[in-house]
Amino acid sequence: MTVLEGWWAYAFIAIAGWLATDIWRWLGVLAGNRLREDSEALNWVRAVATALVAAVIAKLILYPTGILEHSPLWLRLGSVAAGALAFFIGRQKPAIGIATAIAVLAVGLYGLGF
Amino acid sequence: MDEGQAIGSGGKWFLAGMKGIFSLPAMILMLSFVGFCAFTAQAGIPVEQVVFMVGAVWALPAKVILVSSILGGANLLTAFIAVTLSSIRLMPMVAALVPEIRTGKTPIWLLLFLSHFVAITAWVFAMERVQAVPREHRITFFAGFGITLVLTNMLLVAVIYRFVAEFPPIIAGCLFFLTPVYFLASIWSSARHPVIYVALAVGLAAGPLCYWLAPEFDILLAGLGGGTLAWLVERSWRISKEARA
Repeated sequence: MTVLEGWWAYAFIAIAGWLATDIWRWLGVLAGNRLREDSEALNWVRAVATALVAAVIAKLILYPTGILEHSPLWLRLGSVAAGALAFFIGRQKPAIGIATAIAVLAVGLYGLGF
Repeated sequence: MDEGQAIGSGGKWFLAGMKGIFSLPAMILMLSFVGFCAFTAQAGIPVEQVVFMVGAVWALPAKVILVSSILGGANLLTAFIAVTLSSIRLMPMVAALVPEIRTGKTPIWLLLFLSHFVAITAWVFAMERVQAVPREHRITFFAGFGITLVLTNMLLVAVIYRFVAEFPPIIAGCLFFLTPVYFLASIWSSARHPVIYVALAVGLAAGPLCYWLAPEFDILLAGLGGGTLAWLVERSWRISKEARA
């Protein structure tokens, strides 16, 4: 494993981290500034932005890093399914769905001896 | 309205945005940062660099990729490409947010500056809450929330860094899992346009499918392809409904 030192570490983070992310935010401002709030083009942009975030979510659940990498897929999917069920029964309150999913995961991990 | 009153009411909305730090999304993000902090502490990245990274990069997935690149000994160009590819999603997110928060008079430099504070949590929070804020105060409200959220997490990481290296595995696992579960619940419950539900469902299926087809470009493909498909489906439903009405 490598660890960067001195001013080079900060230059590295500024270029490969800061600049690499902010150019997309700036392009987003330039593009979004031309969109009308009720336009079909904005509707498409909304759909693309939401689908991108949804793909990130699916990846975090299916291919997690760290400790969850060693947990069974059925437990992760089961936790999400239980959370979704509680969410819809509980009048779509996010806290209810989130708490249920995490509780099921925690009990499952404990039961599997993590 | 005189100048003093205008500043006073602007301050009120900035403060209203700052109070968002006590909301559920902000709490969950802070827990995710505890998880990220544990990851960097275990990897041996110095705390000053981690704090700088939180403020400069802000988006959590981009930081995870940046840290992985550094640990893997990647050169500057390789790290830049990996991080920038993972961050393309910020462009449509910002583009969708800007028409919601600007007025005809909002200067572009202010939007460029504030766009730095957009990452998934601030985006979901702003898209959800900004509707209840009068349009001329939305930019102030977002600034109050976004700036407070970044500064608080920089402070959080600086303070807890030395305590988090050894977490029990169950806690670490649950901290990691909070993020996807929270995103799912909040996007569904805050959707104000029918196309959001369709895009969420299509994106969830398209993500793994595209990862299987082309792992380097999966998120981009799933977003552009899945998002366009969702838009077409929702649009054809809308048109056929209007035709029948």
